[in-house]
Amino acid sequence: MIGSLWALLSQDLRLAIRHGGESLMPLMFLFSVIILVPLGVGPGPNLLAAIAPGMIWVAALLSSLLALERLFRPDFEDGSLEQWWLGHLPVYGLVLVRLFSHWLITGLPIILFAPIAAQMLFLHPDALGTLMISLGLGTPILSLVGGLAAALTLSTNRGSVLLSILVFPLIVPVLVFATGAVSVAAEGISPRTHLGLLAAMLVLALTLVPLAVTSALKLNIE
Amino acid sequence: MPSPQCLPENRLLEAHSLRFDRRGEPVFKDISVTLEAGRLLLILGPNGSGKTTLLRCLAGVIGPIEGELERSERRAFLGHRTGLKAALSCRENLNFVRSFHGLARCCADQALARVGLAGFGLRLASTLSAGQTRRLGLASLLVSERRIWLLDEPYASLDDAGGALVDELIVEQLNGGGTVALSTHQRLPEIGAEPTRLDLGTGLLERP
Repeated sequence: MIGSLWALLSQDLRLAIRHGGESLMPLMFLFSVIILVPLGVGPGPNLLAAIAPGMIWVAALLSSLLALERLFRPDFEDGSLEQWWLGHLPVYGLVLVRLFSHWLITGLPIILFAPIAAQMLFLHPDALGTLMISLGLGTPILSLVGGLAAALTLSTNRGSVLLSILVFPLIVPVLVFATGAVSVAAEGISPRTHLGLLAAMLVLALTLVPLAVTSALKLNIE
Repeated sequence: MPSPQCLPENRLLEAHSLRFDRRGEPVFKDISVTLEAGRLLLILGPNGSGKTTLLRCLAGVIGPIEGELERSERRAFLGHRTGLKAALSCRENLNFVRSFHGLARCCADQALARVGLAGFGLRLASTLSAGQTRRLGLASLLVSERRIWLLDEPYASLDDAGGALVDELIVEQLNGGGTVALSTHQRLPEIGAEPTRLDLGTGLLERP
């Protein structure tokens, strides 16, 4: 059973590497943000430090969003998605693996490069730890919620517009609490409340979303 | 997930009174079929009569609106779209099918040779022609080691040699104790024995 889950995960990662350019999008966004924004708003450290959490989080959001079209649609179109119901594993487990691989490709690179981005945007050093935790809690929520929107819009033709409309209202609380946590940490106040709420959102998403995605996929397969 | 039912030894799949609707209109209704070991089921009917839908129902991809389905074995389904990844090589695709179904990775090259794609192991699936892609799909059936084969228009995109290959593979599968259900509206299988025919246009089931 683990072998089958591992087979799907390693295939997802192998395909991501083969589609090299698309998989580098997350880092492209991050670096575009940290290079272009200072050029646009001026290099003043105070201003940059104030908008740094928001900018890094927007990069995370965009990278997650843009990879959503490729989450289920290619498999839906080439017929490999319907094979999930012919395997010996519950589709629920395969959904978890797919969402996890999405996070590995979109969320994890942002988390790993966040320290560099924070440095270049003059983020207060005290806030860096909070930034990492907020990304660690929040990027999985992006993958989960985005995955749900992708599964729901699977059988529509121009799904990506509908997908974005579906995702944004669900993402806003995550964005608000994550950037809020980093901002208060930069001022020396404990971000415990904000991070606690983020963690609660993550637990809620982990509990409910994979079930909903499984049902949505089943509906759209017909 | 339903557990394998206890069916009599030679009956690998039984379906009773299946019905499937699309947009309120019945695609087919009150269809009952039995797949027996060593027997071929031929599903015939004009375009739009529900051949693909019936096969997907039997495969468990979609659920019928009414009716019951019992099966004792896991099924392999090969449809219009082969479910193979264009960006991977033939061998990688077949290895994935093995691992995905919990089997050890082996036999990819033998399967490729059997379907006439010997030496194609490292070729990317995106470089294959339509006929070669169908053959790769047949190879994926071989490596999946399942007793029930559900084939939707297996002769599509294949030339006479390819069609003969499909017939050979069907015969080998039936002789090995498996069962095959296939839909076609072009070529009929030439396997020596008379198949059970189900005509979805008229709803008639003929046994030989």
